[in-house]
Amino acid sequence: MRPHPAPLHRTSALWPIVLSVLLTGLIVGSLVTGAANVSALDLFRRGESGDILLVSRLPRTLATILTGASLAVAGVIMQTLVRNRFVEPATTGTGQCASLGLLATLILVPGAPLLAKMAISSAAAFAGTAIFLVLVRRLPPTQPLLVPLTGIVYGGIVGSISIFIAYENDLLQNISVWMNGEFSGVLQGRYELLWASGAAALAAYFYADQFTVAGFGKDTAHGLGLSYRSVMIAGLGIVALITSFTILTVGMLPFVGLVVPNIISRFRGDNTKETLPLVAILGGILVLASDLIGRLIRYPYEIPAGTIFGVLGTVVFLWLLFARPTRRG
Amino acid sequence: MVRTFCILGLCTVLSITAFMVLGARGNWDFILVFRGTKLLALVIVATAIAVATILFQTLTSNRILTPSIMGFDALYVLFQTALIFTLGGFGFSSLAPELKFALELCLLSAASLMLFGSLIGQGMHDLFRMLLVGVVFGVLFQSLTVLLQRMIDPNEFSVLQGSLFASFNKVDTTLIALATPLVLACCALAWHKRNVWDVMALGREQAISLGLNYKRELLIGLALVTALIATSTALVGPVAFFGLLVSAISYEVTKTHHHGPIFLSSILISIIVLVGGQAIFERALGLGATLSIVVEFLGGLVFLFLILRRVRV
Repeated sequence: MRPHPAPLHRTSALWPIVLSVLLTGLIVGSLVTGAANVSALDLFRRGESGDILLVSRLPRTLATILTGASLAVAGVIMQTLVRNRFVEPATTGTGQCASLGLLATLILVPGAPLLAKMAISSAAAFAGTAIFLVLVRRLPPTQPLLVPLTGIVYGGIVGSISIFIAYENDLLQNISVWMNGEFSGVLQGRYELLWASGAAALAAYFYADQFTVAGFGKDTAHGLGLSYRSVMIAGLGIVALITSFTILTVGMLPFVGLVVPNIISRFRGDNTKETLPLVAILGGILVLASDLIGRLIRYPYEIPAGTIFGVLGTVVFLWLLFARPTRRG
Repeated sequence: MVRTFCILGLCTVLSITAFMVLGARGNWDFILVFRGTKLLALVIVATAIAVATILFQTLTSNRILTPSIMGFDALYVLFQTALIFTLGGFGFSSLAPELKFALELCLLSAASLMLFGSLIGQGMHDLFRMLLVGVVFGVLFQSLTVLLQRMIDPNEFSVLQGSLFASFNKVDTTLIALATPLVLACCALAWHKRNVWDVMALGREQAISLGLNYKRELLIGLALVTALIATSTALVGPVAFFGLLVSAISYEVTKTHHHGPIFLSSILISIIVLVGGQAIFERALGLGATLSIVVEFLGGLVFLFLILRRVRV
């Protein structure tokens, strides 16, 4: 992964402004879209319309933004640590390992409290990703595309273990809920875990420079006085937490963490600390837009945001694969 | 070589017997017809997938790519969904199955020639890019399928569900009369041209300098692959890594690159895995539809192994 040079014309102020305006527009759109007729101003009035906004529409909007932002940040962390543009929770088996962990708790300790489920699924995500990274370290650095390819198949293998176990225990439905992001079930009181996911993404901001240094490799990192091991553990820990929070509340949205950072890095360069807020905003925008499209395209029925993003995300992924010259990877 | 084929033949006979006999109780007239139809379907599918995979690997000159990994069968499912979406459930079910199948086959051939023809042209130099592009295309086709399915009326969706959710143990037997001659014809043509494929396997430049009409043979090969994959997908649905599993084992046990013995051994292995596996999973272990999941698991491992070995070399 060679860093893109930052563009010469400095338009630093423009991007945040444009993205913020877009996000605000989408938020308003999301608040007024739905079966009940409600205007955004009702948020400040009492009565039924205000309740709909507070209990359903606002939580849903916040949930999409938090999910998009934190998944996009998780993608940046992985790409910086592994120094490969194509890694993210869906191309390293992280999501599948988290859901395998969740499945294990459902079968072995059915009555486990939410926090215990969370902990086990995060631990599984962490371990699974770590195993993958050890495996991938043996691949030649000249073949960057090999990493996501191996990762997708690795995820498929872990996923088929989950499906086998789920099939024999009649839990297939759970797997499909975890693997397909959908926001229609989000209500006040049922999405608050996502704030923790957002907090984990925020923590990444303070670690950003250390992730960049760790990405240079173990020796360079040690030479610069950084504990490679602990930064790696912190980074992977954040990614594992974000992934399992997301899976548990709304379900996985593949390729958010891949597509968003690549778009930003194309236009804004690779200074992680500077671009991380933009990545988070764009992640929120794209997921919120997918959710909104899903709500409008077949109104008043809904199509899950994960399905819409599955199409958008893969198209952008293909564009990245074709547009980027081979040597840059 | 002869010993290998004797063992493979014996295993094939054993799996077929196990499939027919295991757990069979009651009237043999019924069992013979009921299980016989299913057996025929499975054998047809196994043959189609084996020949298509070997051929595709020769055309793309490597042993990792398979049509399924490149999204061929996902594309077929997408077309089927799109047909229902445009024609409506009623229009779709009032079409004769033969006509429907022919229509889908034509669409698939056109699309695959466009998509994979251009990929094969430019992707030769960069196998891993091509693989990744294929995998992502597969994901895109799946997402589009899900999206279309969500857009379809629930009533019409039930039509689709009925025609889509075929699997190894729920074979769609209505198409058997059509599929059998088609697969046999394709295999006969592939077998007839086995020496041509041997020359093709030497690579484009070599093949052309040996006087082969490379472009024509490539098109014929791709058309054969498309027809075979469409047939097998129509019968049992997408199979993911099954073809890879079969081709990897058969190259391993025959240790040759002549297409004659490779075709034969891969067909036998394919039948053993599919029919034998089905007998063991469905009849002996009572595990229902899980054979396809196990195939996915093993095939994924083989895929990783092949990639890592290739990198080592």
